[in-house]
Amino acid sequence: MNMKSIILSTAAGVVAASAAGAKDMTIVSWGGAYSASQDAAYHQPYMKANPDVNIINDESSAEAVAKLRAMAEAGNTTWDVVDVVASDAIRLCDEGLAMEIDADTMLADAPDGTKASEDFGDLLVSECFIPQIVYSTTFAYRTDVDAWGGKEPSNICDVFDLEAFPGKRSLEKRPINNMEWALLCDGVAKDEVYDVLGTEEGQQQALAKLDTIKDEVIWWSAGADTPQLLADGEVVMGSTYNGRLFSLIEEQKQPVKMMWDAQVFDLDGWIIPANLSEERKQAALDYIMFATDTQRLADQAKYISYGPARASSAPLVGKHAELGIDMAPHMPTDPENAKNTFLYNYEFWADYRDDIDAKFQAWLAQ
Amino acid sequence: MTATSHDDAFVVFDRVQKSYDGEILVVKDLNLQIAKGEFLTMLGPSGSGKTTCLMMLAGFETATSGDILLGGNPINNIPPHKRGIGMVFQNYALFPHMTVGENLAFPLEVRKMGKSEREAKVKRALDMVQMGEFAGRRPAQLSGGQQQRIALARALVFDAELVLMDEPLGALDKQLREHMQFEIKHIHENLGITVVYVTHDQSEALTMSDRIAVFNDGVIQQLAPPEDLYERPENSFCAQFIGENNTLMGTVESVTDGVAAITLDDGAKVRGLAVNCGGPGSRTTMSLRPERVYVGGEEGLVTTEAEVKELIYLGDHIRCRMHVHGNDEFVVKVPNAAGHKHLQVGEKTLISWETADCRALDA
Amino acid sequence: MVNTADSSQDIAHSAPVTGPVLGNDGRPLKASLARSLRRQKLRALGLIAPLLIFVLLTFIAPIADMLFRSVENNIVGDVLPRTVVALKDWDETTGELPDNATFKAMALDLKEAVEDKSHTRLGSRLNYEQSGISSLFRQTGRKVKRLDVEETTDFVAAFEDMNKKWMDVENWQTIKAFSGRFTDGYFLAAADLTKGPEGIERVPENEQIYYTLLLRTLKMSLIITFSCILLGYPIAFLLATLPLRTSNLLLILVLLPFWTSLLVRTSAWKVLLQQQGVINDTLVWLGLVADNARLELINNQTGTIIAMTHILLPFMILPLFSVMKTIPPSYVRAAKSLGANDWTAFWRVYFPQSVPGIGAGSILCFILSIGYYITPEIVGGTKGVFISNRIAYHISSSLNWGLAAALGTLLLVVVLGLYWLYDKFVGIDNVKLG
Repeated sequence: MNMKSIILSTAAGVVAASAAGAKDMTIVSWGGAYSASQDAAYHQPYMKANPDVNIINDESSAEAVAKLRAMAEAGNTTWDVVDVVASDAIRLCDEGLAMEIDADTMLADAPDGTKASEDFGDLLVSECFIPQIVYSTTFAYRTDVDAWGGKEPSNICDVFDLEAFPGKRSLEKRPINNMEWALLCDGVAKDEVYDVLGTEEGQQQALAKLDTIKDEVIWWSAGADTPQLLADGEVVMGSTYNGRLFSLIEEQKQPVKMMWDAQVFDLDGWIIPANLSEERKQAALDYIMFATDTQRLADQAKYISYGPARASSAPLVGKHAELGIDMAPHMPTDPENAKNTFLYNYEFWADYRDDIDAKFQAWLAQ
Repeated sequence: MTATSHDDAFVVFDRVQKSYDGEILVVKDLNLQIAKGEFLTMLGPSGSGKTTCLMMLAGFETATSGDILLGGNPINNIPPHKRGIGMVFQNYALFPHMTVGENLAFPLEVRKMGKSEREAKVKRALDMVQMGEFAGRRPAQLSGGQQQRIALARALVFDAELVLMDEPLGALDKQLREHMQFEIKHIHENLGITVVYVTHDQSEALTMSDRIAVFNDGVIQQLAPPEDLYERPENSFCAQFIGENNTLMGTVESVTDGVAAITLDDGAKVRGLAVNCGGPGSRTTMSLRPERVYVGGEEGLVTTEAEVKELIYLGDHIRCRMHVHGNDEFVVKVPNAAGHKHLQVGEKTLISWETADCRALDA
Repeated sequence: MVNTADSSQDIAHSAPVTGPVLGNDGRPLKASLARSLRRQKLRALGLIAPLLIFVLLTFIAPIADMLFRSVENNIVGDVLPRTVVALKDWDETTGELPDNATFKAMALDLKEAVEDKSHTRLGSRLNYEQSGISSLFRQTGRKVKRLDVEETTDFVAAFEDMNKKWMDVENWQTIKAFSGRFTDGYFLAAADLTKGPEGIERVPENEQIYYTLLLRTLKMSLIITFSCILLGYPIAFLLATLPLRTSNLLLILVLLPFWTSLLVRTSAWKVLLQQQGVINDTLVWLGLVADNARLELINNQTGTIIAMTHILLPFMILPLFSVMKTIPPSYVRAAKSLGANDWTAFWRVYFPQSVPGIGAGSILCFILSIGYYITPEIVGGTKGVFISNRIAYHISSSLNWGLAAALGTLLLVVVLGLYWLYDKFVGIDNVKLG
């Protein structure tokens, strides 16, 4: 028996041992309130309907792309369903790490018989991506800032106005969204933003605009940072995911208000890793079919203020499960909130992400 | 050379006490005068307080009460580096990161001495201990004996009048130790310095000292020149701690003209010099050196019975273990001289001694 | 009268030996000795074998693999074999597009690549060098499926039809520049360099980042190490001089930070240091700082230095403590008896002997701090982050593992260089862990 066969047989033993618990299903998500909402809306009902399935929660979505790549290289993918943002889904698809999904055969139709591909519509931004929610990155501000003299910010460009609205702001430590907002407030028309941002001059223009507030910015990298900074009074306004701000305002009752202007829509959803065994793949598809039907997506909105990705789910959104308040006005997609919005430009950022990020980080480090 | 009063003493311990924890005194009421040029040894078992006394003199421990005087001045509040006392430590404490020359120059440097003067002094000190060629070496490159010499030279290089030595020869083998004893003694005599020497080795103390202070239990048991200490121990601790010693336990019957009549525990009656034995009726330990016992009865001596238990041939003498009035470990050194009677194991014989050699001490 | 040479010294001078010494069986003594030791050596090897294999498989091999990635560039040749061959004859300096045959080769390669989706992976790889290639390959991939290779003759036109960017010579230049099996591109990028038309040149100033970060990492690691010495030395000294019972108790306090999670500790610093935090509140309450001029203690270099010093302090105290414990108190006593005051005795005698502990502690702190990224990420803002933060970003976020590997290799080389300097000036013998 040579070394290679010893290693192989050992590895086979390990695989066989893990295959014994074949009904386990590892679902990867973001943790916190978001995972809790998925557990209540999807996991529990699914396990009730399928008593032989045991769902294991893993909170690794932030590193999902790197981990999936490492697992694929090691030839042992242990995840069954993974919750990722759309841009990550596109990259996983590009890298061949996620399986392609045929929406019409693999996802449930709407109750009225509308095909899934039509129900999800434009939100199917990648062949591998199964949309789940629409969330937005938007601003909130403290309502008790004396220096503002009773004014309240209502326009995205108020973020860049240190004279009228002095105080620290928190922005995400990456170029995406910040560059668009900067151009928008530097006189670039909304539909030209990405054309301008694709040029060297445009990128410099955006950074120059950000330069005007750089000294007053605290840069965040975790979604929980801005709510904490706002609650502590460390910043007077800041951007983050709207769901986080909902719980800061409605659950923790902090003196903070939403500012929806120029909010950037983004999508979050599922992918199924490529190269799963047939058995695990079928199990994952079965879960996906269940968890992304019209009712389930609407159910999730009871627990967190993110909009369901299906058109057919919108009318079914009701009240918050605990607070009992109507959830519809808190959805980023609510017409009152969505007067001026951006949709994350996946194509553009897939191309320019590395380049602009290098420049952005160099600018930050200066 | 012996100091007898405060006035001509160089070092004085005046009613000194030391306690570390406020409950137990490790040094109890120490009074000691050391004369200039004297070689005084503090001898005692470990934990007897001798090292503590040395450290108080050096300034590393403070006396809990009482005064220590150096050259007539109290030094209780003078920090160690201003006392000008040379010291040789148990493990030499040569600075490992400096060469031998730098080690020796260190005390001169901190005294801000000029370079040329420094070098001359270092050379003289090294020559004194026959280590002149080793100035460039590191301590780790020297043998134990060589390190010892360097430590000695370093304690002397700044012309200290008082040198303290804390078991300086403890780490050397027997032969080297004996050799160094003589060398230290010679240096002491040549330089005329005062030495306070701490050891637990009685033969070292006997060889080197002008006077020995025997410590036990925080108290000086006896302070005397080596000869007196061996010949005339004043209590049973000193008798047993210094040299070999036979003991016989008994009760004092009467004391006449300095001679005590004693009944041993098995009823036998003997006489001994009444040194420290109390009045009639008190318990006493009779102390008798093995070489002062003769085999056979003799007129005018104290004579008693003994049974031979064991014989060890040692060339110049035969060591004979006997049973004498309840003591199984009674040792007699029988000279291997012409015409001496040869003893047999199990044989019963008479032994005798002079009354003055058998000292009746405290129980 | 005195023999200065001790008996032990004479032993070394034995008679000179000529020729190999033979044992009583006539064999050379050295050979017999080697044979008798072989069994011992084999047994020793057997004892360490499990650890050796473990380290090799789980540590050395992955690191070697990671380092290899910094130069590996097989993907272009694997995905576009025909194109790479065809591009060999193309002169990229003329500014003209490759010929029709090259476009055809690209079409054939892409058609195959689309089957296993390797074209998008290639797109991601080349997008590190040239923005836009990622979408070029992804979009072309969808359309090339419908391209009939048999029927088409004008492949240039066909590609122009699929995506206009194929007419951009720069994209072809990038493909050719990175068509080799190995590349220095990652290392160039890691050193803020790039391959321009006239050879290697610095990237524009607004994109230079790694050099700045590397310098900052080294500088701040030194500051952190120095603060650790400053704070740790007195504590280690105290621990080493106290009685064993007390020092053990205090040692537990020193180790206490190890018992809390790194994230909790770092987040606790946030609560303490932020402008509305405990320290600023206290200073304002005491009237030392005006309410509108609160100190900025976090989200900058100060924050990183404070938090990292706290985290790394035990790594300084422990080696210092264990070295100091071996310094007998008699050295300082000897120095004092020789006339040195407290400071001279400490500085001339005690301190030099504690230097090996400082050396060991400094190396530990410095190397650990160079590789830290979680704490700087949380409390460092933008000025207080290290080069490791970029490595982590490229590993987990941008997936540019080649660049991450190149940065890691550079960092390793810098650390080894510093280690060499340390050995040269201080001496690696002068490092003791006790």
